[in-house]
Parts: sequence; structure tokens; C-alpha cells
Amino acid sequence: MNKLVIAATVNGDPVEFLTDPGGSLLDALREELLLTGTKEGCGSGDCGACTVILDGEMVCSCLVFAAEAQGRQIATIEGVAEGGRLHPIQRKFLDHAALQCGFCTPGFIVAARSLLDRNPDPSESEVRYWLAGNLCRCTGYDKIVRAVLDAAAELRQERRVEGELAA
Amino acid sequence: MASLAFHAPETIDQAVALLAANPAARPLSGGTDLIVQMRSGRIAPAAVVDLKRIAALTGTRRHGLGFAIGAATPCTALKRDRALAAAWPGVVEAANLIGSVQVRNRATMAGNLCNASPAADSVPALIAAGATCLIAGPQGEREVPVEAIPLAPGRTSLAPGEFVVEIRLPPRGQGGDAYLRSIPRTEMDIAVVGAGANLVLDGEGTCTAARIAVGAVAPTAILVPEAGAALVGTRLDEPALAAMAEAVRAACRPIDDKRGTAEYRTAMAEVLARRVVAIARQRAGENA
Repeated sequence: MNKLVIAATVNGDPVEFLTDPGGSLLDALREELLLTGTKEGCGSGDCGACTVILDGEMVCSCLVFAAEAQGRQIATIEGVAEGGRLHPIQRKFLDHAALQCGFCTPGFIVAARSLLDRNPDPSESEVRYWLAGNLCRCTGYDKIVRAVLDAAAELRQERRVEGELAA
Repeated sequence: MASLAFHAPETIDQAVALLAANPAARPLSGGTDLIVQMRSGRIAPAAVVDLKRIAALTGTRRHGLGFAIGAATPCTALKRDRALAAAWPGVVEAANLIGSVQVRNRATMAGNLCNASPAADSVPALIAAGATCLIAGPQGEREVPVEAIPLAPGRTSLAPGEFVVEIRLPPRGQGGDAYLRSIPRTEMDIAVVGAGANLVLDGEGTCTAARIAVGAVAPTAILVPEAGAALVGTRLDEPALAAMAEAVRAACRPIDDKRGTAEYRTAMAEVLARRVVAIARQRAGENA
């Protein structure tokens, strides 16, 4: 079978990888680029474990052909922390024990960040609806929702401080 | 998928040629149904033709006094067109009930329509709105009403090589539309019943035009002309609403399945039809 060569940008870095024409973006990320933080849960778009950001919008990478990524921007869980410094959402997941087995966590964190990037002050209901496409079979969700709301509050505080310093 | 070919044409003509050249080729827009069906083995296309690189197929625009929605436009993008969302809130809300945010960032109304599920959420809303599809194919372009596309579960009236280019919504006029579905959860589920309504009211509150469509109660989403006719010429009083609901009930031919019994679906179709008419009426008043 002829493999396709795909050039894209992943977490800000230009990359090239090979894919079968029918291969998923998820498989390319994990098996070609060795970015194994993104997980495969259901493979049918129901669980959100494979959530990545494609050209600014969160999608299930299991339901994207790798070939579609040609020339596109992709952001994965590996790009959420800055070097060794955890993103506030990641820290709050630890503080609130918002994970047990951890398999769904990368998808939740990428999705939650996508929410807070566009809505810094979501209601609990908005958080729950936004994360409806991410399944967790361990936590019962309450801890996850609390972690996201707490991270949102901290990010708002950070922005206020930055704003005051700039003024 | 052993011999699958992947194409990403940049013009409608190229896409027509690729699809016409290979009867086993399938168009790809959001992929949220196509890829799932390929993975489960239900379908095994020889080629996938990605329509998202065709500029004319992405985004929304004014079309006369109405709107045109490119077939590869994801559901979430509809909300960002404020004029569209203000004119046709029922259509935009219906499209944004499908799946999760992740799914709606990919899924399209044209895909929802051409997947031909009787439970597709956006389809009753589009039928009620009087939407049409512009179709491209080897014989050129044609425009058909949305309700002419699905023939049976998983089957459409599109000829080999044809695909939907855009969905057209008519001018809003003085009225309102609405869509509701019944599901046992609050999110991430498939309609047990869906109903869409689109009303035009005159200055006195008399209904001058009405379209009622229901989903998941027949092999395809259906327009119920008798239900709309029961409302026209009335001020949407109780006898008119009862006649409308009775027409909806008479049009239902649902099946029993794990998501609901035929009896439940029929009863809920009446309930939802009354509710969407009430919402559409309220919206019509706000637009007056």
C-alpha cells in the first residue's frame, strides 16, 4: 500500500509523518510521532479520550483521517504544560484528585483548556455541557468539574494580576 | 480499507470527477458517521473524497434574502453566523444538539442529512424551514427540497457521483422556527423523537404559513403537510393545535426499538409538535 507523506504543525513544531490513506490522526500521533499522551478509548467519537485541537477547535482524533491534517495546526496534551511547569488545569486535576486510572485525563484536560481559552468564567452547567463528550468511568465527574472551575478562578486571578502589573 | 485512496480536491468539478469515476468512492465532510461506519466494517469505500478543501463548500453566506450553508461547514460554525442564528434559531439549535462539542466541530448538516438516519436532529428542522439542497453531479447542478434526499435508513436519492454542495435556507419572513427532541439523557444521545416547526404569522397573529416535520417516527424524517394546514388561517387556538397534533399522530409510523416503543414515540411526537409550535409562535412574536 502506498503511504502518504503528511506535513503539519504539532504543538508549534513542523512535523512530517507517514500514514496509510485510511489511517486516523490518533494513530499517526501515537505511532508515527510517538505522542502517546492522546489515548484511544472507544474509537467512535463517544468518549473524548483522543481529544486534540485541530486548527483551534477540539475534535476526536480517532474520527479524523491523518491525511486531513496536511498543512493543519494540531495541539495535543503534550503541549499543555510549559516545559516542566504544569498548566493550572493540570495542577488543579492533581489538587482535586480529579483522576483515578488517568486514561481519560488527557482528553479532559485538552477539552477543559479549550473551554477556558474561550470562556474564562464558565458556570458549572457550561462546564458539564462542554465536557459531555468526555467520559470518565472512575471519578463520577464532580471532582473534574470542581478542578476545572478552580483552574478557571486561578486563571482569572492570574490575568487580573498581569493586568494590574501592565497598568 | 486495504486499497483506500484519499483525495482532497479544491474545486467542485474535481470532486464530481473523482466521485463519478469510482462508484465505490464516498464524499467526506465531517467524517463523524463515515469513519465510524468504515471502522465497524459496515461500509468499505474504495476512495474517500474530502470536500473540506473546496472553498465554496465551507462557511455560511447570504443567498438573496436567505442563507447558503456550505456542505462541509461544521455545526458549531453555524452559531458564529449571528444573522443566521437569529433568523433560523431552530435549525442552528438542532444542528448543535448532535453529539458532543468535539463531534459538532466536525459534523455537518449535509452529512447529517446524507447519512439518512431517521433520527438525524438537523433534518426535521431543515424540512420545517423549507430548506433546499444544491447538488452537484456528472449531469450538472440541481436543487431539491431537503425532504427529497433521504429515501430510507442509510439510503438517499443522490445518484452516483452526486453530492450536496450547499444547503439553502429561505428568507425568514415574519415568523419563527424551533426544534426539540426527546432523549432520556441531557446530552450525547440520539433522538427517540424529534419535531420541527416553522410558522409565519401576520400582524394580527393569524398563521399564514406553517410547516411541521417529525423525525424518528418513520423510515425518514417527514414533512406533515396536514399538520401545517391545520394551523394556517387560525390564531393557533386550542382546536387548531389539537387538529395539528392529530395530523402528526396520524403521520407517525414508528418502530419499536431499544430507545423507545412505537406507542411512546407516537405520543411524544404530538407532545413535541405542540411544544415546537409554541416556541416558534413566541419567536414569531419577537420578530414581529
